[in-house]
Amino acid sequence: METYIGKSVKRREDNRFLKGAGKYTDDIKLHGMTQAAFVRSPYAHAKVLSVDISAAENAEGVVAVYTGSDACGAFGVPCGWQVDFKDGETMREPLHPLLAKDKINHLGEAVAIVIAETLELARDAVELVTVNYEVLPAVTDPKKAMEPGAPKVHEQWGDNAAFDWCIGNDRAEVEAALAGAHHVTEMEFKNHRVAPNAIEPRSYISDYDVNADKWTLYTSTQNPHLVRLLMCAFALGIPEHKVRVVSYDVGGGFGSKIYHYTEEALLTWASKEIGRPIKWTSDRTEAFLTDAHGRDHVVHSKMGFDKDGKIVAHLTDEYCAMGAYLSTFAPAVPTYLHGTLFQGVYTTPLIHLNVVAPFTHTVAVDAYRGAGRPEATYLLERIVSKAAREMNMDPTELRLKNFIAPFNGTTEPGYQTQVALQYDSGNYHGVLKRALEMLGYEDFRKEQGEARKNGKLLGVGFSTYIEGCGIAPSAVVGALGARAGLYEVGHVRVQPTGKVSVFTGAHSHGQGHETVFAQFVADKLGIPMDDVDIIHGDTDQVAFGMGTYGSRSLAVGGSAIIKSIEKVLEKGAKIAAHKLEAAEEDLEYAEGKWTVKGTDKSISFGDVSLTAYVPHDYPEGVEPGLDFSSFYDPTNFTYPFGTHIAVVEVCPDTGKVTLKRFVACDDVGNVMNPMIVDGQIHGGVVQGVGQALLEEVVYDGEGQMITGSYMDYAMPRADDFPMIETDRQVTPCPHNPLGVKGAGEAGAIGSTPAVVNAVVDALAHLGITDIQMPVTPQRVWKAMQN
Amino acid sequence: MQISIKINGKMHTHDIEPRISLAQYLRETLNLTGTHIGCDTSGCGACTVHVDGAAVKACTLLAVQVDGCEIKTIEGMANGKDMHPIQEAFKENHGLQCGFCTPGMVMTAADILKNNPNPSEEEIRHGLEGNFCRCTGYHNIVKSIQHAAKTINS
Repeated sequence: METYIGKSVKRREDNRFLKGAGKYTDDIKLHGMTQAAFVRSPYAHAKVLSVDISAAENAEGVVAVYTGSDACGAFGVPCGWQVDFKDGETMREPLHPLLAKDKINHLGEAVAIVIAETLELARDAVELVTVNYEVLPAVTDPKKAMEPGAPKVHEQWGDNAAFDWCIGNDRAEVEAALAGAHHVTEMEFKNHRVAPNAIEPRSYISDYDVNADKWTLYTSTQNPHLVRLLMCAFALGIPEHKVRVVSYDVGGGFGSKIYHYTEEALLTWASKEIGRPIKWTSDRTEAFLTDAHGRDHVVHSKMGFDKDGKIVAHLTDEYCAMGAYLSTFAPAVPTYLHGTLFQGVYTTPLIHLNVVAPFTHTVAVDAYRGAGRPEATYLLERIVSKAAREMNMDPTELRLKNFIAPFNGTTEPGYQTQVALQYDSGNYHGVLKRALEMLGYEDFRKEQGEARKNGKLLGVGFSTYIEGCGIAPSAVVGALGARAGLYEVGHVRVQPTGKVSVFTGAHSHGQGHETVFAQFVADKLGIPMDDVDIIHGDTDQVAFGMGTYGSRSLAVGGSAIIKSIEKVLEKGAKIAAHKLEAAEEDLEYAEGKWTVKGTDKSISFGDVSLTAYVPHDYPEGVEPGLDFSSFYDPTNFTYPFGTHIAVVEVCPDTGKVTLKRFVACDDVGNVMNPMIVDGQIHGGVVQGVGQALLEEVVYDGEGQMITGSYMDYAMPRADDFPMIETDRQVTPCPHNPLGVKGAGEAGAIGSTPAVVNAVVDALAHLGITDIQMPVTPQRVWKAMQN
Repeated sequence: MQISIKINGKMHTHDIEPRISLAQYLRETLNLTGTHIGCDTSGCGACTVHVDGAAVKACTLLAVQVDGCEIKTIEGMANGKDMHPIQEAFKENHGLQCGFCTPGMVMTAADILKNNPNPSEEEIRHGLEGNFCRCTGYHNIVKSIQHAAKTINS
């Protein structure tokens, strides 16, 4: 019998995508549908003195125009995490209004919505809305936002801090260890702001059915149930059971489509007002201005070493931008998704991280592929490499000296970090060793030396990362400020004919769940993959779910499905035992049938399913049907890890950095579909390298974005990259049934510091010890001139 | 203005506003929603279609500009149930994830291979420069096009 786990099964979703038959939100047309366009502020910080919509209201084809003075102006979207100040003060949480009424806090904030018969007419009418602003000074940098006299984002508080936070050992103890260290390496840098840039812009349609008094919201979200919950219970105060949220095909997310956005709630409110469906699809500049961004940390860090190169202490202070309002997960990103990874893969005995999270006159910052973990990895892997250079040690030797010893998490215990978490299983030596073999490290150093003699600048950079995925144990995150549980729901409905429909609360927006989930369901039930269908992205079909982010789909969503499969097989065994006139304990299940051990008496999965729905000859006390739903709440996070190595060549004349090779050896636990895992790594690596070399969201001093289009924001292109060399090792996760750890973010977490370390390695003999990313030709050229 | 355009082998005549882009016309008037709009400024390439056999970006071309032209969109690539060798190659090599850039990638790939049946990796990467993909890191798209070249040439 054909099995599927561990095989590169080709994706079933590809057939529709390749034929242009995907069903993205903007592809949907409803009868009587109207189109919305927004009047958005051209200033980052301003008072709204007046809004005149009279001309727009009377323009051709306009159905309605709403401003913050309408009823919708009282509503705002909520934040999903609460991180209070260290001194106990409650997190400062401003209303994030659906439309700004009196004050603008970031460029692109919506002042009015225009709803018209066509998109063109809506855009025409937007031009007719007159808004008078009094422009105010703005602050966009998180550190500057905390300086005395900085322009305030929200007047009601004494300064711009949304909260502050710390984690790890006692600060004084860490400082004392640093003071006594043999060597201290210090770094100051900015982990700059980037834009997620899913190629599908956000798109929503809200459809209010007046007869049923029900809404359907079609939305490009990673997270349909959470959007419904946040919108109904916290934004609009409408009954949750009256709202169906549907997200069919979604064109990439990378975090930016996790959150509940103002436009979703506003369209939902307005569709009831006008009694017609309303569509809004972001254009690309709106996406730059209004999609939640990633990163934006200002970092000051010190790491101390003893005379043998062992890390003795690590102290970091950071300013982490929140943007103008608190987005859904924003407070978790620079705290619990960040500080908890400061152990890295090292035995550092003393760690302290202090975070100040200010409001800034920018769009919100929230989770972007990796979410806090790339920022932790960037810091650790840069500072360890810098320290190695300062101590005249090979960067791999220093890492090996400090690695946590291998542990499997079953016969050997998990590793308790200094920053709250306990790692599940790890073998950091293994991935480094393999990656060095793939690179041919010794040969590379020889080649580098030769190249230098010929005036060529070659460099190699390392990153030995770890991340926390499988988000997350509800009780743990609840204690850490989450306002929701982070379990997942898996519902297995066996049809009377033995065909299986699986409903999952995880959401696929490129990850291939329709294929991968069917692979393991088919194997666990011993039936053909063609007999299994995976359904997601519809709150009327899927009981509940927490969506897809944090590399959680298989580890959490997959485990929930496994729980339901176990229930199906348990009940199936009762029915089989009855039909076979045998005791349950005498049965074994394999290859889609129950067999009485040691005999040829058996009954197939299909026959048992039919019996469950046609229960004429049926065990006493057993309910008909074969249909189970389960909630799975993980007992721990999962901890994928790996080694990434970049080789770069720097042009001595122009400073242009060319990525010559990229080697990645990752350990993401057990692998269901190697083709898909490799694809996740490739994509993540390119996003991480994009941040290192190309991408940056730049706001000027007045809060104007000067990178608001694809002419200005440097996206990674095909010809910026070589083929990516991947391999993997397998250290199974000890605490979930599939032994999986998650692969969605690894590439983006590991790659960025490897590339910047490689650039510094190429330039170190010129006296360059550090360089700010993105490492543009201009930056490198300037550094070389000094 | 009235326009007559042959699209995927079939003639279409419509009276449309001159300001409507080809991409909007395909999506809104003809319901050919496989042509995607990712940026509206020729940046991302998700809207790539063939106009008289050459790959162009439909978001910055007005529909009235292609009056009398022959257009092929992603919906016209497969031969009934049989996918085009480029589509097959993308599936075989996992050259797509979320699928949003994919129609543009396939149309651009066809253009690359039409003009250069045996492209080097470098030539493929150069040819893809006007198409963004945020999911695949381009790695498997390059492999898909290499694979398609072999199939088409064999």
